[in-house]
Amino acid sequence: MSATTADDRAPKKVSSGRRALRPYLLTLPALLLTIGILYPFGLGVFYTFFDYSASNPQPGFIGLENYTNMFASSDFWSSALVTFEYAIGTTVIETMLGVAVALLLYRGSLVSGVLEKVLILPLMIAPVIATIMWNLMLQPSIGVVNYLLSPFGLGGIEWTDSPGLALFSMIMIDVWVFTPFVAILALAGMRSLPRDPFEAASVDGAGYWYTFRRLMLPMLWPYILVAVIFRFMDSLKMFDIIYALTQGGPGDSTMVLQVRAYQDAILFTSFSQGLAYMVVLWAIVFGITRILVGVLGRAQARAAGAS
Amino acid sequence: MGHEGNPFVEKAIAREISRRQFLKNVGFGAAALSGAQLLAACGTFGNASGGSKSGAEAGDITGKFDWKREDGTTIKLLLNKHPYTDALLDRLDVFSKLTGITVERDIFPEENYFDKLTVALSSGQGTYDAFMTGAYQTWQYGPPGWLEDLTPWIENESATNPEYDWEDIYPNLRAADQWNFEAGSELGSGKQLAIPWGFESNVVAYNKKVGDKYGVTEAKTLDDLVSVAQEITDGESGMYGIATRGSRSWATIHPGFMTMYSRYGLEDFTISGDELKPGMATSEAIEFQDKWAQMNREAGAPGWTSYTWYQASSDLGAGKAGMLFDADIASYFQNQPGASNEAGNIRWYPGPTGPDGSLATNLWVWSLGMNANSSKKMAAWLLIQYATGKDHLRWGAVNADMVDPVRKSVAEDGAFKDRLDKAHPTYLDTFNQVIDQTAIQFTPQEKFFDATTSWAAALQNVYRGDDAKSVMEDLASNLQSEVNGG
Repeated sequence: MSATTADDRAPKKVSSGRRALRPYLLTLPALLLTIGILYPFGLGVFYTFFDYSASNPQPGFIGLENYTNMFASSDFWSSALVTFEYAIGTTVIETMLGVAVALLLYRGSLVSGVLEKVLILPLMIAPVIATIMWNLMLQPSIGVVNYLLSPFGLGGIEWTDSPGLALFSMIMIDVWVFTPFVAILALAGMRSLPRDPFEAASVDGAGYWYTFRRLMLPMLWPYILVAVIFRFMDSLKMFDIIYALTQGGPGDSTMVLQVRAYQDAILFTSFSQGLAYMVVLWAIVFGITRILVGVLGRAQARAAGAS
Repeated sequence: MGHEGNPFVEKAIAREISRRQFLKNVGFGAAALSGAQLLAACGTFGNASGGSKSGAEAGDITGKFDWKREDGTTIKLLLNKHPYTDALLDRLDVFSKLTGITVERDIFPEENYFDKLTVALSSGQGTYDAFMTGAYQTWQYGPPGWLEDLTPWIENESATNPEYDWEDIYPNLRAADQWNFEAGSELGSGKQLAIPWGFESNVVAYNKKVGDKYGVTEAKTLDDLVSVAQEITDGESGMYGIATRGSRSWATIHPGFMTMYSRYGLEDFTISGDELKPGMATSEAIEFQDKWAQMNREAGAPGWTSYTWYQASSDLGAGKAGMLFDADIASYFQNQPGASNEAGNIRWYPGPTGPDGSLATNLWVWSLGMNANSSKKMAAWLLIQYATGKDHLRWGAVNADMVDPVRKSVAEDGAFKDRLDKAHPTYLDTFNQVIDQTAIQFTPQEKFFDATTSWAAALQNVYRGDDAKSVMEDLASNLQSEVNGG
């Protein structure tokens, strides 16, 4: 290794041409991102203003007609309702269960150490595989679920034949796959909380429930909100579980926006119509995420004050 | 490129504009570029039908027919994972030796095969030179110009093997892949959009022990069938009467349901002036559909609304269903040695006739199509005519599982008949009883998949107890505007 000289440390002279290029080079990643991500998105939005389909490969500009037709259709509103029912149902149950599981694991024991590792297994299974697996287990005649329920007189349940049960079954599968995600986030949050306030509360004789409600939950809230944001966004867009289990049936009772979009765009080759559903779904996800992120920011500020 | 003369860059270097302003201006430029690309993308609409057509067309092929004409060419196939595909793959080396053509292929499971094919064809690229398709899909892929018209290839003696014998393929199957793109017009005129490869007729397969006990083959009407199914459900522990498809998919409509619907003289659409008029809401159609839903509710599979061909045929094989009204080949696979609990115990009969004795039977036909945007059409045509030729289809019928031959000569082949009669008694008899009336019973129109998927959803609603009349009237009303472009 040679010794560093004063000349080596002196700033090198950069040509004016290279200096001129620097601002462009700095923005190159953003430009690539724009082209790589926003171009297909923009193209998709662009297509919604046409009547593009397989039967009409030379489409005409129709402005907002795809959107006005969609909003005027009862199919859209029923799909939007099912989409929200599914997203809210899964997010609420997964959040409550996930935090409860995290609390159990937080106490620390040999069993919880093992369970912590086992818990993550459903997350490693692709949702579509999990659904196929559950579909078999929920089969009324050969499924293990009805077999286990039969001693209690509940053996004949047709899990996907009625609208309410079909939606419940889908939510149950989503909960099975994604509750560990919430639990892991909540557990990580619990482990990062300062210990002093809990010790002080213990010295003051605060009970477990009081400590959880008044101390842990406010400080944990930002972590829970992160899980809620991720799960709610994902549930609003969930396709795999719903399509693999019911394809939107029975009737149209579990037809969510994304399955309708797939059907229109790919199965029926009405590309513009299907894309219009996706654009509206994107707008819903984007709007709700913005609101939730705002709530998260305020929760973080409050939690910082609390800690 | 220097920056001289560019005031924006010079100002940036001289730090006369803020970083935020700089990024804003660059962002605007990127957006403008993106917008320009969007506008340029208008042209991509056209690619779907136009594409980059190159290579020889049918009319360019002259001289004596020669299998070696495309020696050294490589073509690419898109195939569905299926026994017909397996039979072709087993003999691809024979084809390559015969022609000197190398065949590459992508094989996808049926669940997402048509998604892949739709995307590949709609891209307007000739990525796949030839592919498997169904006849119903040609109604969707044909009008935009994605499929090569194969009539000029068949008729060109320089391109087609003199021993190919196009007329040997059953007329109803040839017609199934031929359409003139006019909604409601009869199949069998216009462009030949694909070549039949292997088909399935929809008949009743049954568990022989149970069938003998309850007299399944004596069920001559739909009412008889419902009664027998009910008796099996009531009389056999752990078994229900009849398995059919029930999932919310177009595939629920075309097998047993459409077969029986047609035997009752009912139609999906009728022509009224220039328009298609849905036929599901006539009083006779409503009565039939109500009865079909009732049969499945009371003597069918629990969880019927999720049933595809796979679950339905598996239940017959597992001994959980007494009968199956579906594609004959689905139960054939269950009857193969070691394939299921009931292997060897499955028999077939055509199913109930209509009131006038009709054995009208709907069919599904796997066919081979050619990409209109392929640049290797002659090589693709050689592969198609090899795969649908007498030699390969006979080999497939005798040695593999191509057991619904599209060629009359193969169906009458002694070795094939012996093989089937020994291993699968009544299969071939049933095939022969319905073959003359086996055809596509649907009205061809581009919105086939929209219409039949909505129909399946409506049938599910009737199954779970909604009033059949109001459900079918709603369906007919929606389809009236949908299929007529309203």
